Amino acid sequence: MRTKETSFVGFMKTLPKNLFSGLVVSLIALPLGLGLAMASEAPPIAGVITAIVGGIIVSILGGSFVTISGPGNGLVGVVLIAITTLGLTATYAAIICSGIILVILGFLRLGKLADYFPSSAIQGMLAAIGLIILGKQFHIMLGNKIVEDNGIDYLLEIPNTLIKVVNYQDKGLIYAAVAGLISLAIMVFYSKIRNKYLQLIPAPMWIVIVSVGFSYYYEFILKAPNPISAAYMIPEIPNIQEIITTIPTPNFEMVGTLPFWSSVIALTLIASIESLLSIKAVDKLDLLKRRSNVNKDIKALGLATVVSGFLGGLNVVTVIARSSVNVNNGGSNRSSNLFHALFLVVFIVLFSTELTRIPLTALMAILVYTGYKLASPDVVRRIFTIGKEQLIIFFATLFVTLKVGLISGIFAGLVATFIIHIVVTKSLSLFIKNILKPNVLMFKEENGGYFISVKHFCSFLNFNMLKNKLEAIPEKSDVVLDFSLCGFVDHSVMENVHDYQELFHKKGGNIGVIGLDVLGSKSEHPFAVRRLLPLQNIIPNNTTKRQKNLELVANDFGLSFNPVREKNSVFLENFIYFKTKKIEHIFNQLSAKNSPCHLFDITFSEGEFIAKEVVRSTMLYIKTSSNVPVFTLDREGLLERLYALAGYKDIDIESHADFSKRFYLRGENERDIRAFFTDELVLFFESNAYYHIESSKDGILVFSKERIASIKEIKALLDFGFRLNAIINKV
Amino acid sequence: MNTIAYKTIGIGVTFSPNLEANINEAARLALCFGSKLVLIHVGETSEEKSKTFTKFLSPFEKKGLKYELLFKSGDPVNVILTSTKEKKVDLLVIGALKKENFLKYYLGSIARKITRQANCSVLLLINPSIERVPCKHIVVNGLQDPKTEETVTTAFLVGHNLGVNKITVVEEIDQEEVSVKIDDDKSLRKSTIIKERLRLREEARVKKVLDTIPANYTKDMTIKSQPIFGKRGYSIGHYAQVVRADLLVMNAPSKMTFWDRLFPHDIEHILTELPTDVLIVQ
Repeated sequence: MRTKETSFVGFMKTLPKNLFSGLVVSLIALPLGLGLAMASEAPPIAGVITAIVGGIIVSILGGSFVTISGPGNGLVGVVLIAITTLGLTATYAAIICSGIILVILGFLRLGKLADYFPSSAIQGMLAAIGLIILGKQFHIMLGNKIVEDNGIDYLLEIPNTLIKVVNYQDKGLIYAAVAGLISLAIMVFYSKIRNKYLQLIPAPMWIVIVSVGFSYYYEFILKAPNPISAAYMIPEIPNIQEIITTIPTPNFEMVGTLPFWSSVIALTLIASIESLLSIKAVDKLDLLKRRSNVNKDIKALGLATVVSGFLGGLNVVTVIARSSVNVNNGGSNRSSNLFHALFLVVFIVLFSTELTRIPLTALMAILVYTGYKLASPDVVRRIFTIGKEQLIIFFATLFVTLKVGLISGIFAGLVATFIIHIVVTKSLSLFIKNILKPNVLMFKEENGGYFISVKHFCSFLNFNMLKNKLEAIPEKSDVVLDFSLCGFVDHSVMENVHDYQELFHKKGGNIGVIGLDVLGSKSEHPFAVRRLLPLQNIIPNNTTKRQKNLELVANDFGLSFNPVREKNSVFLENFIYFKTKKIEHIFNQLSAKNSPCHLFDITFSEGEFIAKEVVRSTMLYIKTSSNVPVFTLDREGLLERLYALAGYKDIDIESHADFSKRFYLRGENERDIRAFFTDELVLFFESNAYYHIESSKDGILVFSKERIASIKEIKALLDFGFRLNAIINKV
Repeated sequence: MNTIAYKTIGIGVTFSPNLEANINEAARLALCFGSKLVLIHVGETSEEKSKTFTKFLSPFEKKGLKYELLFKSGDPVNVILTSTKEKKVDLLVIGALKKENFLKYYLGSIARKITRQANCSVLLLINPSIERVPCKHIVVNGLQDPKTEETVTTAFLVGHNLGVNKITVVEEIDQEEVSVKIDDDKSLRKSTIIKERLRLREEARVKKVLDTIPANYTKDMTIKSQPIFGKRGYSIGHYAQVVRADLLVMNAPSKMTFWDRLFPHDIEHILTELPTDVLIVQ
């Protein structure tokens, strides 16, 4: 049992890290907040107010741990419609009402609302929101403000804008468009450059820094006015006194009208769906593997929304990209959310006038990138691999959302899914007869494991019953999930079950799914079947020159070469390096049965959504006996010294001052680590090239850069590995 | 405890493809328990009909089966219910129908009405067969209910007579009894502890019931107690199906009103989705 005192000490210990993480997050939150608010045609400061109120209230009252709250991407479309139909002050009233409804939903424990929507429909809706953002902001990014009726018209206007841009005569507009394009390029290429100093500041902040710097360059060096057209600069940002004195009064006059309530419902629906999806995704990233209290979080978000609405802000939701940045920078509890809000307050107090130096086009480039990420072709491709029918649902939702609206869109998705389910099973009665039956049986077996059996059918309509049972099982347990009495299992269920499998796996448990082969053999259930057979290498005989060379290297070292992609990466999951990263697959493996060294290329991703970076890298894994302590060894640089300030401790090895100065060594158990680093091992590290070296319970991971290594580098890595192995195994 | 010895077994018979299988099952049971068999046929008496029945029954008669044929016309439900009273039938055997091409069984409307209104124990057979299929595993409910003790004892008596080697007592615990709602790690831990406590409580209660069973019924038998958190009446059927039990023994429902059928609970769930052979102990 942890006493209160030790948990307080632990909190204080992690405080510097959370402070640092809060700072980094606030650097993204500032430009995003301004941009999201402007995209919804609210005053730019509204987005920052939302983030500040959300950060403060949710960090105090919320039930999740590493999430960041603020203005959300999904809401841009809804707020935009609300403001154009109701006007700004009435929209604030609608936001307040939706906050109240969220609080009520939280108290009624209906936070799980999002479970009742099929996942392809949600994907379609998110893609539509992405296209709405992209379509509208694309024109502003290129300095061509236009007004159209609906999302599709904006998208169709894109070629015209492109033609117009090429023929710009006005210098101010040309500069504006160039600023937009450069910003977009920063967003796109930022994740491709793995430089730790560059990566310290998030891409949106780089855009801010570059554009503010550009403006100062003109003012002080060239003594000339900013060449970007004034119409495409951020409009006046009020200073802190003005913000306080000019808080808008929400206008409740339209509370009796239908458009008001349809806005309220849309705001509530999207806010809760976006928050829930984000909370779920962020929980997967949490290093400490805690489970968020969703209903408590919804209540806090609701309250924050009410307050934000009164202060002239927008809906507060949990946001995925900022949360993932928080996790990646060492945020470990809600204080980082609070710090992010406080830093935003500091920025507004100190720099509110500097912000007007940012071109509007640059800010919109951030949003265009966000929109693209929501509706990227990757999403469509992934859905297509699951099944063609999922694509029908996806596009039905997408088009109805774009053409009519969000609520109709999600409703269309629901109906489309249900119709497809009926067509696939050729039976309506299967669903009608059994929908209300408590079709999930769970019991604890004598060996302590759990058995769950599902009857009749399991789809988005009744997944909640299965979910309730799964939630009630401690994640350390072994679970057998039996679908053999089930006539139909849909894609949403399989996807959710897969999420639970990952969660259990991370916490040391296991969910084994059985009985799906019965469904497959009847060949009536394409959803289940396709989930069971993930697409493996379609063109296996397509070897590159590098692969041919790898084969030669493998022969030199007495290893065998296997180019096929494999999902089996369990042995890597214990490494601290991979705790916040998602491993996709490993490929190009060099290994042998009796060799402790195992070299491979790996694809993994870090962060989520617009902060997501897919990285390919070459790594070496050395199998060791279990007496190696857990440590991380890196070359010591400026950044590591900075980290040391933020609470990461460097272990010094006595009598090896040079080693301690050049290397940055971290680990929990200092005594064991000191004992492990013998003179011979220290000398070995000192006299060889720098690598990032990390040990877990029964293996050591070695790699140099976060990219695929060349053949020469691989040879050096393998050589290093074999010699390191010789020393360690002697120890 | 002598009330549970079945002296008279009744079966309603019609001329269906299952006739021989139904008669054989009932006759085998009667031999097992040493009871008298009453064949109730709703319809006019005729020489031909009696001949068919006696033909099916003759192999059992040789082994010492006593039986009686009863012909009566009228409303099937009424006829069978009154005849069981008249003849003091303790156990009524009813065959279920099987949906074509499906591994699902259901009761016809007449059989359902009889089951609901019968004053004696009812055995619902989902898969009557001409040859004997050994019964190996019985699942019996262990609800907190005054009738449970008798039901469990009956299960053991039946099991003993049929040569069953495994009996599982299932205690269904209502989810409502777990007062903690699961939100996060803390409440999950709490609810797991509460569940463990409830589980121990239920197992202790079932153990008490099991202690009253005569020792000669329980020997050579694997006895298991399985607590389940779930919907009463529904989960036990689901469980019996999952563990592929051969017989499910249940308490008779206390009262049955119109509302019970509209919002099915307890036994009604079992009647709509027969998981296996079911014995309802009155």
